[in-house]
Amino acid sequence: MAKKPTRRLARTVRAIASWLVGLIVFFPILWMLLTSFKTELDAFSMPPHFVFAPTLENYEQILKRANYLHYAWNSIVTAGGATILGMLVAVPAAFAFAYHPTLRTKNILLWMLSTKMLPGVGVLVPIYLICRDLNMLDSRTALIVIFALINLPIMVWMIYTYFRDIPIDILEAARMDGAGTWKTMSRVLIPISRGGLASTALLCLILSWNESFWSLNLTTSNAAPLSALVASFSSPEGLFWAKLSAVSTLACAPILVLGWLSQRQLVRGLTFGAVK
Amino acid sequence: MNDLRNRLSSFVLAASIATASGIAAPALADTTLTIGTVNNADMVRMQALSSEYEKSHAGVHLNWVVLEENTLRQRLTTDIATHGGQFDVVTIGAYEAPLWGAQHWLQPLDNLPASYDVNDIFANVREQLTVDKHLYAVPFYAEASITYYRSDLFAQHGLTMPPSPTWDQMRDFAAKLHDPEHGMYGICLRGKAGWGENMALLGTIVNSYGGRWFDEQWRPQIDTPPWHQAVNFYVGLLSKYGPPGPSDNGFNENLALFAAGRCAMWVDASVGGGTVSDPKESRVAGKVGYARAPHQVTDRGSAWLWVWSLAIPASSKQTDAARDFILWATSREYLELVAARYGEAATPPGTRESTYASQAYLKAAPFAQVTYDSLRAVDPAHPTLLPVPYKGIQIVSIPEFQAVASLVGRLVAGALAGRGNVDDVLHTSQNAVNRTMKRAGYYDAPVVPKKEAQP
Amino acid sequence: MSTHRRKRSERLLAQPAIVMLLVWMIVPLAMTLYFSTQYFNLLYPNKSSFVGLENFAYFFTYPSFWTSVLNTILLVGSVLVITVVGGVLISVLVDDHFPGQGIVRMLLISPFFIMPTVAALVWKNLLMNPVSGFLAWLWRLFGLTPVNWFADWPLLSVIVVVAWEWLPFAILIFVTALQSMDREQKEAAQMDGARSVAIFRHLTLPHLARPIAVVVMIEAIFLLNVFAEIFVTTNGGPGDATTNVPFLVYTQALVEFDVGAASAGGLVAVVLANIMAIFLIRLIGKSLTAR
Repeated sequence: MAKKPTRRLARTVRAIASWLVGLIVFFPILWMLLTSFKTELDAFSMPPHFVFAPTLENYEQILKRANYLHYAWNSIVTAGGATILGMLVAVPAAFAFAYHPTLRTKNILLWMLSTKMLPGVGVLVPIYLICRDLNMLDSRTALIVIFALINLPIMVWMIYTYFRDIPIDILEAARMDGAGTWKTMSRVLIPISRGGLASTALLCLILSWNESFWSLNLTTSNAAPLSALVASFSSPEGLFWAKLSAVSTLACAPILVLGWLSQRQLVRGLTFGAVK
Repeated sequence: MNDLRNRLSSFVLAASIATASGIAAPALADTTLTIGTVNNADMVRMQALSSEYEKSHAGVHLNWVVLEENTLRQRLTTDIATHGGQFDVVTIGAYEAPLWGAQHWLQPLDNLPASYDVNDIFANVREQLTVDKHLYAVPFYAEASITYYRSDLFAQHGLTMPPSPTWDQMRDFAAKLHDPEHGMYGICLRGKAGWGENMALLGTIVNSYGGRWFDEQWRPQIDTPPWHQAVNFYVGLLSKYGPPGPSDNGFNENLALFAAGRCAMWVDASVGGGTVSDPKESRVAGKVGYARAPHQVTDRGSAWLWVWSLAIPASSKQTDAARDFILWATSREYLELVAARYGEAATPPGTRESTYASQAYLKAAPFAQVTYDSLRAVDPAHPTLLPVPYKGIQIVSIPEFQAVASLVGRLVAGALAGRGNVDDVLHTSQNAVNRTMKRAGYYDAPVVPKKEAQP
Repeated sequence: MSTHRRKRSERLLAQPAIVMLLVWMIVPLAMTLYFSTQYFNLLYPNKSSFVGLENFAYFFTYPSFWTSVLNTILLVGSVLVITVVGGVLISVLVDDHFPGQGIVRMLLISPFFIMPTVAALVWKNLLMNPVSGFLAWLWRLFGLTPVNWFADWPLLSVIVVVAWEWLPFAILIFVTALQSMDREQKEAAQMDGARSVAIFRHLTLPHLARPIAVVVMIEAIFLLNVFAEIFVTTNGGPGDATTNVPFLVYTQALVEFDVGAASAGGLVAVVLANIMAIFLIRLIGKSLTAR
């Protein structure tokens, strides 16, 4: 029974270490949040002020200079739209890959992933020309389509791994009962893999929300999402740290909160077929 | 459930109306101008004051796309060159205006109204924005490079800054004033890579050492003695008497350092004067002296000229409204509006003679006289000691300049950070520039400089 | 409906995704291929002409080309090592229940939700600034001279920023995987007196083999294309110390506006990425597609 105290000690040490690591990893975000409530002079001061009189002046200035809700709405529409579009395409594709594999299925999946490797900057001018000809510059539709396409390979692959893990007997049973393709999918497959599908959608939403190359280069003002708003505060003259922190907080807060709320979901769902 | 859905859809409806009203206008007479601009203090002020314009021009809405300089340049060039038509007003520099004008990417600004008094604008600034006798952009503000120094420190050490110093004198001053123990650095200079950052300053140093970018056959002249002397001098000066990590410092960083009282001297754009002389933003206000930019073997091209200007892309569909706006934003009335709202010293500098005829301005802005003299003395048509086929002091008015100067700037910044020595870097640069020029067809016989190459 | 027909119709369901990807892939790729054989500079709209393979030669002989390839490999490799090793250790650390476990997990995965540009700006300005950054203060607290991160250790600094962004992703996957580990087996081993290190080596690590493969694969895809972080912090410098292949392509495309060379560079980047991918798939491919 001499073991118990040492084990308790070990547990305490582990808990403290866990908290410490968590706080270190989180610190940059916390520091950004704190800085956003400082005056510019406080933000630049050395040694840094940990206790200070918080001010909302940075937020006021940003809201005065830019229509935050407009940018936020564009982020919601483009990221949300891309997620919906992506799921509509990815689920059937993953279904076909998982239950009717051919010899080429593996290659097609890997090829899909490799499409992600063309650097965006290399194709900017061709894409810009296409969007111009389709009259889709500065349009939310263009961003929705592009975000969906960027994330599609990962989405198909993730969903494919969930579907693959569902025993084929369950599907066979549904079919025996006379369910068609559509019914099998909507009544059996999707409910079973709900968790995985939700995680996939969340991942797509996060990646689309944070995308900053296409959203900056293909929009001017009508369709510009939050990542473009951040760009306009990125390095003006003089002191700008507090305002930059405030605009960053405004841009990241919605998705961060969503991420926190769905943390359990993410922790359960992001398996990529890696867990049996 | 239904209730929720209703509420949701009404929210969506309200939100889309809210967004739509920001973009499209309810009445036909309404126009929306999309303005691409750079996020520096003067432009942010313009954005703030533009509500006055919207008030007096009912039906005109202004959409702002405010970006950092490099991002803005990329964004605008992509759109203008592909005729994307996304912008009605663009903010461009002294480098783009003549090139884009020559390509007919910009609307010529002819027949300006008498009330605008275009002749009030500095002749050489206008010249910089003119191609084939057409003005293609109107200047928002213009700057020359000048020398800033701490008059209190100079007095303390019994030193006198000549009105027009040489680089050797600058080095001697820096050696005497350099005191890193007490957080005082002898001289602050641009070190950050970029054709508009370190290469702007380095271009003027090379000029004043008698160097040039190209000879008359467009052969690069980087691997020549004047360049070696100038760049070695610059790297040596900044590593010995500069702040730590100078390869990270551009205009903004040095401005912050000088305003915080960390630099004894600083050679940079005259627009910094507004900040360093403002007691609210600067700890050294009232202790700053101003002199012309340093020269060495020649004073030709020893100070740069840069202009931020407003122009209308040829692809804009609302040229009349855009023209009206840019004339407003560069008018004398606008300058007076800024002075009234933000103080005399905040007036966008360097564009109009009348600004410098005002005693109130000269008094409020201690840097005004040096700025005026420097701007008047700049001659972009004769930038170097030896003849050159191009115009521009710190810029070369050819499309390849961005490419070659960015590359050389990167390599020099690397040398400043201790990666490679100057002589090797210049040799590499020479070959790289040669490569680019060859690719662009400058050496294909017979050499006929393209029209856009000589605005 | 016959099984056969059903199979055919269900296979068709994959078509929309494949067709969309084909269009996405083929149209820009075809245009890129076309432009890579042209002299096409945005600033010389009237001067386009066929130049054969000159653009590729131009890109390959760019003074920073080999440095950029090396930097790409270093960046991808280091971030993978940091995130996988750090991710495994941290997930094992927080796997057992302790007070506030949920909150700590939330803190740990938070960086994943931050925009890359914001992450880079925060690190560069608020943390790593040599004069007024938080780390400078920390260094001084211990009597050290503050490090000028992005000037003196540029590539390392970029690696730190990118690793911070991707560490949460690794943690997320490993935590998920650990939850499915057989607790009874672990507890039995503990009862038998097995030391934690032994349990980690013989039970935990084998269990994590596949998740590690997944993390390496997915992260590699994103890391090969790291651009925003470099653009915001070092702009590829000083010199070419942090120029990776995508950044080199960017200098061709948006600094020199040389669409021809940029297209060639884009194609080279795809080939390089695929070489690396083949290498990775060889390494871990089995566990990805094995049923």
